[in-house]
Amino acid sequence: MTWDVALILGVDGLANGAVYLLAGLGLVLIFSVTRVVFVPFGDVAAFAALSLAAFEGKRLPPTVGLVVMLALLATLTEVTALLRRGERTRVARALLGWGALPLLPCALAWAASGQALPHALFVALAVLLVVPITPLVARVALQPIADASVLVLLIVSLALHFLLSGLGLLFFGPEGFRTAPLAGGSLMLPGGFPLSGQVMLMLAAAVVLSGLFFLAFERTVAGKALRATAVNRVGARLVGIRPARTALLAYTCASLLAGLIGVLVAPVTTMYYDSGFLIGLKAFVAAIIGGLVSYPLTALGALAVGVVESFGSFWSGALKDVIVFSLLIPVLLVRSALTRHAEEEQEESDA
Amino acid sequence: MPSRWSVQRWGVLAVAAALAIAPALLGKFGVSLLNDVGISALVVLGLVMLTGVGGATSFGQAAFVGIAAYTSAWLSTAHGWSPWLGLVLALALTATAALIIGALTLRLGGHFLPLSTIAWGLSIALVFGNIEALGSHTGISNVPPIPLFGATLADPRAVYYLIWALVGVAALFCHNVLASRPGRAIRSLRGGAILLSSVGADAYRVRLSLFVLAALLAGLAGWLYAHANRFVSPSPFDVRASIEYLLMAVAGGIAHLGGALVGAAVVLVMKNVVQDVLPLVTTRGGQFEAVAFALLFIVLLHRARGGVMGLVARWMRQRVPERAALWPAGAPAPLARRDALPRGQPLLAVQRAVKRFGGLVAVNDVSFEMRSGEIVGLIGPNGAGKSTMFDLITGTAPMSSGRVEFLGHDISGVAQRRVALRGMARTFQHVKLRPQMSLLDNVALGAHGRTHTGLLAAGLRLDRREEAQIRHEAQRQLARIGLAERAHELAGSLPLGLQRLLEIARALASDPVLLVLDEPAAGLRRQEKQALAELLRKLRGEGVTILIVEHDMDFVMKLVDRLVVMNFGSKLVEGEPAAVRADPAVQAAYLGSVAAGVPVAAPAVSEAR
Repeated sequence: MTWDVALILGVDGLANGAVYLLAGLGLVLIFSVTRVVFVPFGDVAAFAALSLAAFEGKRLPPTVGLVVMLALLATLTEVTALLRRGERTRVARALLGWGALPLLPCALAWAASGQALPHALFVALAVLLVVPITPLVARVALQPIADASVLVLLIVSLALHFLLSGLGLLFFGPEGFRTAPLAGGSLMLPGGFPLSGQVMLMLAAAVVLSGLFFLAFERTVAGKALRATAVNRVGARLVGIRPARTALLAYTCASLLAGLIGVLVAPVTTMYYDSGFLIGLKAFVAAIIGGLVSYPLTALGALAVGVVESFGSFWSGALKDVIVFSLLIPVLLVRSALTRHAEEEQEESDA
Repeated sequence: MPSRWSVQRWGVLAVAAALAIAPALLGKFGVSLLNDVGISALVVLGLVMLTGVGGATSFGQAAFVGIAAYTSAWLSTAHGWSPWLGLVLALALTATAALIIGALTLRLGGHFLPLSTIAWGLSIALVFGNIEALGSHTGISNVPPIPLFGATLADPRAVYYLIWALVGVAALFCHNVLASRPGRAIRSLRGGAILLSSVGADAYRVRLSLFVLAALLAGLAGWLYAHANRFVSPSPFDVRASIEYLLMAVAGGIAHLGGALVGAAVVLVMKNVVQDVLPLVTTRGGQFEAVAFALLFIVLLHRARGGVMGLVARWMRQRVPERAALWPAGAPAPLARRDALPRGQPLLAVQRAVKRFGGLVAVNDVSFEMRSGEIVGLIGPNGAGKSTMFDLITGTAPMSSGRVEFLGHDISGVAQRRVALRGMARTFQHVKLRPQMSLLDNVALGAHGRTHTGLLAAGLRLDRREEAQIRHEAQRQLARIGLAERAHELAGSLPLGLQRLLEIARALASDPVLLVLDEPAAGLRRQEKQALAELLRKLRGEGVTILIVEHDMDFVMKLVDRLVVMNFGSKLVEGEPAAVRADPAVQAAYLGSVAAGVPVAAPAVSEAR
């Protein structure tokens, strides 16, 4: 391997790593607040990519149908829950929040599709369209069992992934799409090495978004509420933070991140309805490097995963995923040795 | 009214009879479906043992199925080996893989273990698809059928009985294991490693052997799969397949052996029905299948986490009385006991023990001794370092410096399990019983360190003599604490006071030289405390040496021969109860000193460790 090749692989790896970084932030955000390992994260990203592809093809993104269906289900769940608790007065608000609000991006998409609008607008709309998906899905499938063990939540989350990728196939079909590049041109680095605009955009997005993330967590009340819930759920509840509300916020933020990832990767990789799974899984390796709690370590882990993957694919294209996932085992061993586990007892979920 | 045991037995017999005549009634398709159910049931049986009973979730079981299937398929096609030789090698390779993976990952705590199973589950399946000798993504076809007594089991009907005979044998093996010495340890894994080491068992080794057992069951299924379907390819062994096995286990009831069979049947039949019905509703049936399936699964987890067998078990508990003792009357030879120590011999010596947590010195230079036959109380106000001292003596936590001698041996730095095996039995401040196990089983767990039956012997029922001895011993200890009549009730149904007594019985079942009790009176009512004190006096009369770490002054003062008082991590005084009570330093520690000007009463809450 020459230095040139290594440099190309390294930059490529960092670009991949940037994507895993954003996805890893989303996964850690959801896990720390809700204890859910959100496996369908990548699916949401894929939906954003496919929505953008639909806009580019002058079609109404099928995502609209998906969101409408999920909004219906979530509204039904929420209203039933309210009626069961006898809180009739809050039904109207629930209808508005769970039923009408998610339809807003759908209406915009409907108005915009087929029109000759600037590409950036379509990109924004594609991201907006998938933002409701995660919170809606979580409301229906995860919130009713929010107190279950991490394991039950993990299994439900896996089932959700199968559900969403199945729905993805139904709504988007089996064809793959690649969207127009978001940033053209390239920059010549010293040494005659070209750095494409798209790669720079991906790296910049990772830096800017994680910076925003940091600011939001450190400086805003909502961010502090998220952190409080992550540290101690009961304690957060005692000081008046509503877990369902913070969970909703976490899911929405993560959904937004997933949408951004989708539109960022779509120009460089052909996206299918199930392409998201592998992105999510690798981000997950990164998140585990961060112990599912630490953002900085997750970020470093994500970049490492990206670079390892890129070098791995140079040595053996077929086995690059094996290399990345096998990396997880030594990481887990180190992590497990470093963290002192409180002696935990688990009870049978018998009957 | 029939007992629960006979209901279970008749249920099993009815299922076996139905399976025996099924091929005569079903068409070829039905028989093939039942073959698939049997093969899956084997894998799920392993998952029930590993995840449902042992508490270690695996998202990688299908990888083990794949290792065995590929091994046997490759050997019998590329090298023309007999499938039976293939079975031997397939199982050997599966067990080796499981040993290596398990040895690496089973120490992982919390959710890290299930996550690691996803990692190796994915990797192994990906490897199959990328090795050319194994046919890459197309797999290996023309795998020969299994020869048996001159016939070849090529037809689904022919291999049917082999599959189900193996399922029956495997289920019986697991059933036997659960009702044995290693089974009790497996069922206690969820109680945590500290509980297991307190009875002399090694949680890691128990989990590792369980992991290998589950992998071998998956391997057996893989071998059957390869030679029944005559074809292997990577996709049935990937993580999706593993998740489907887990789904079967959860649907059937992950805490019950019967759940394996029920779950495999429910899921596979449901899948077939969905495949049959969906085309009538929509033309895109194949796409709806995954969706319908995931939906059903989520609904199941929302509504009935115990699965089908969980519902059955609940129904049984309400309608059918608990089974009576099945063991023949008459006493077996008692378990071997330790040599009794004459009274007044030095037993335990703590020398200048120090424990630091970062900058905090929790135990600072504490020394004291114990002689056989006495009851010593270790007392002190909240935060005095009693519980830390307790951990240092029992080997639960390592010392920063100092030395503990037990029976003339230096045990500082020795693991808790080894200390327990030497004859130091303990109870827990926060009761660690297995609520879903009977009183008898809980106490029998205490005898783990005195007995030897392994997994294989237990599965093959070669342990009956020792098992009878263990049960007799457990029954004897239950009688000692006055709970002999309730031996078959679940430990979780007892009130706290009786649970503490039960922990003492479990400790006694290990035939201890020294009994160390961590706040045995905490949370007890007056009468319960009296009963406890009486029991402890009786035990002293029988020659048991007891160290009590306690909060309740009243309780301790009336009971012990000698007291060691700690305050702020250091030893304050040591002596007889009356002298200690009169000691001004002790009064100051407990009631606040007048000289300090702030009389503070020791709060009566139990301290959290």
